[in-house]
Amino acid sequence: MTAHRVLAGAAVLATLAALAAAAPAAAQPSGAASCAGCHAAAGPVPGLEGRPAAEIAASMAAFRSGERPATVMDRIAKGFSDDETRAIAEWLAARDGGEHAARP
Amino acid sequence: MRPGRRAVLQGLAAGGAALWAPAVLGQGTARVVVVGGGFGGAACARALRRRDVAVTLVEPEERFTACPFSNEVIAGLRDLDSQRFGYDGLRREGVEIVHRSAVAVDARYRRVRLDDGTELVYDRLVLAPGIELRFDALPGYDQAAAEAMPHAWKAGEQTLLLRRQLEAMPDGGVVAIAAPANPFRCPPGPYERASLIAHYLKAQKPRSKLIVLDAKDAFSKQRLFQAAWGALYPGLLEWVPLSSGGRVTEVDAATRTLVTEFGSHRADVANVIPPQRAGAIARAAGVADQTGWCPIDPVTFESRLQPGIHVIGDAAIAGAMPKSAFAANGQAQVCAAAVAGLLRGEAPVEQKLVNTCYSLVAPGYGISVAGVYRPADGLLREVEGAGGTSPLDAPPEVRELEARYAEAWFGTITGSVFG
Repeated sequence: MTAHRVLAGAAVLATLAALAAAAPAAAQPSGAASCAGCHAAAGPVPGLEGRPAAEIAASMAAFRSGERPATVMDRIAKGFSDDETRAIAEWLAARDGGEHAARP
Repeated sequence: MRPGRRAVLQGLAAGGAALWAPAVLGQGTARVVVVGGGFGGAACARALRRRDVAVTLVEPEERFTACPFSNEVIAGLRDLDSQRFGYDGLRREGVEIVHRSAVAVDARYRRVRLDDGTELVYDRLVLAPGIELRFDALPGYDQAAAEAMPHAWKAGEQTLLLRRQLEAMPDGGVVAIAAPANPFRCPPGPYERASLIAHYLKAQKPRSKLIVLDAKDAFSKQRLFQAAWGALYPGLLEWVPLSSGGRVTEVDAATRTLVTEFGSHRADVANVIPPQRAGAIARAAGVADQTGWCPIDPVTFESRLQPGIHVIGDAAIAGAMPKSAFAANGQAQVCAAAVAGLLRGEAPVEQKLVNTCYSLVAPGYGISVAGVYRPADGLLREVEGAGGTSPLDAPPEVRELEARYAEAWFGTITGSVFG
């Protein structure tokens, strides 16, 4: 939906590609520790690990701008800059969404 | 217990001090002891293990009883068994669990003494002791009084006692809740509890009254709670703030009387939530200050009073972060990363933290508060422009969604910490 429109920015994709090429074992970026408090593979709040980084970053941008309706993510997204969001998205994307999803 | 896998030392002379030089991770000998198996401690133990740190978790109970959603148990909407979680999940990942109480800490020689005399050596210690209810702070309210006027602020038998008292109360009775001044565990908790008890009374004992006697003039999610109370429980639920004489100054358990600055209230069921402080081991370890809580570095959660000891969760002074399970879990992850890094000699990295906290004002009616926090000026400060509560004018669909998300959150966090 709207999320896909927002991520169209080529700059975002370029940055994500650059990040993807970087060392995979990056340290947990600022703020990332909290996502798994609610997001899990099962249940109404979708799991994020293994999802494309561009999709996560775009969703956060849309929550932040208010373009995407939310209950609580709009309030949380506003606490993170684009750079922070991208780092979190990349970190989540690089993780295994399976049983051992929480491994660093 | 599996002594072979643990550095157990009994009655060791101080002359052995050289043995306690911090081990270096990678040499396979660094050990972290975590005290307290709640949302903070269990999550931290697990996160450390996943960073290949050897971890011993000290927790006296074989099963943890979770406080979030225990207000639903009080209101008869949920079974206490669904609040209970064991430690097999942690064991499976290699966390060593010792079902004992930690009674003393020797910060200099980095040892924790347990109630059976065993001593555990650590390279770093994480204390997640939660709260201790202060039975010395409210005249008339001691441990014996809590059997007549339950606090139900640590989930378990007290939760069931309050439930039974509500069930036994005749229609037309008076329920009183005494809410403490800040800071205390779960800031919106007393008001969620009032809401769900009112829900029970409205359905089962509609001639009854519920009065909240508060030592504060303001509380978490206040406008949302009050709007919901006006809509759902008019004439049933009354909130008396500090400025209207709400502060309870004394109680009499024999007559279930709560004395305030302006008068006294005799209740059929009295739920007294007393003032609190960090769990006892925090004082024994010398990490609690004169407030009873533990000052910490907001990047590493290392105590400001004792090097090598970290404090997370309700016991810590975490600045603007509330004392919630969500916050404890997030702090546990950040603390685990910092501790693992420090053991490798790495400089700690600043981390933002998030809190999200749901409350139910009725089944299918959820509200939330969220915040984003960053280390600043030695504290965790709120990131401006972020966070806040659910909108006051949200439609019923949003309240319903937030109730679903609340339930989902509980399943997710308990699954990730204990599952």
